[in-house]
Amino acid sequence: MRILVNGASREVRAADLSGALEELGYGGAVVATAVNGEFVPATDRPAARLTEGDRLEVLAPMQGG
Amino acid sequence: MLRLYEVDLSSRLLLGTARYPSPAILTEAVKASGAQVVTVSLRRESGGERAGQGFWSLIRGLGVRVLPNTAGCHSVKEAVTTAHMGREVFNTSWVKLEVIGEDETLQPDVFGLVDAARILCKEGFEVFPYTTEDLIVAERLLEAGCRVLMPWGSPIGSGRGLNNLFGLQTLRARFPEVPLVVDAGIGLPSHAAQALELGFDAVLINTAVSQARDPVGMAGAFAQALAAGRAAYEAGPMEPRDLAAPSTPLIGTAFLA
Repeated sequence: MRILVNGASREVRAADLSGALEELGYGGAVVATAVNGEFVPATDRPAARLTEGDRLEVLAPMQGG
Repeated sequence: MLRLYEVDLSSRLLLGTARYPSPAILTEAVKASGAQVVTVSLRRESGGERAGQGFWSLIRGLGVRVLPNTAGCHSVKEAVTTAHMGREVFNTSWVKLEVIGEDETLQPDVFGLVDAARILCKEGFEVFPYTTEDLIVAERLLEAGCRVLMPWGSPIGSGRGLNNLFGLQTLRARFPEVPLVVDAGIGLPSHAAQALELGFDAVLINTAVSQARDPVGMAGAFAQALAAGRAAYEAGPMEPRDLAAPSTPLIGTAFLA
């Protein structure tokens, strides 16, 4: 299915968020996730089902003031 | 000793980590500044580049406490969601809460700020609200559960120093027990010294250090200015007066006319 990952359209096979992150190259990374604007804690990712057109945000530590 | 949410800190400088020429210079600047708290943010991570992972490992190596911000958030929902994401990634209940109301000045939307602070304090966050010097907003933030306030000196990145001296002094006088951190607008060590001379507890600085020709040298200059400003405050500055007062005694002046 196609989902939006950080604003870009991507094809993923996994149906759950954990699998999708692995597939998209985030395996083992320190990231926080939100689907359709709602925060999804790391512990909830295996149970979080993705559907066509979902908007996934994957955020990581960055410089800030 | 500065105490922010039950954490004792010997440095009165909170340092931003953005816009340094290189990661090595950021590292050296943090060390030279003596800062024990640095601000960080969350941004989109690419699965290919994973740039944030390297940055996070650099910050962890510094052995300092992190204060995640909600920079760039314009609504209560965005700020609250960003705070949740930051708490998970950075493993801290501290959050520098920013709800921006206007893009040219990056002035806080104080109405959204109070709403977001109320939600986050109830959820157990320890909120550092980026606010204006407005007394009533400060009261509302304290009622919402904030135990530190961070009034701006002047707009973020402007380097204009303490823009509304009267307002800041009034805020200090009105809330003598609340830790007050001047956040934003400080451009020079003298601005930071001035904030501490007025009794502010700390300053949060980023651009003034990171955009200096020599960020490491400037970080050290800020550390000295803060030490001087605090020492001056503790020593009790003299009262200004309008007319001259001779410092040399008049008694015993020779008559030589």
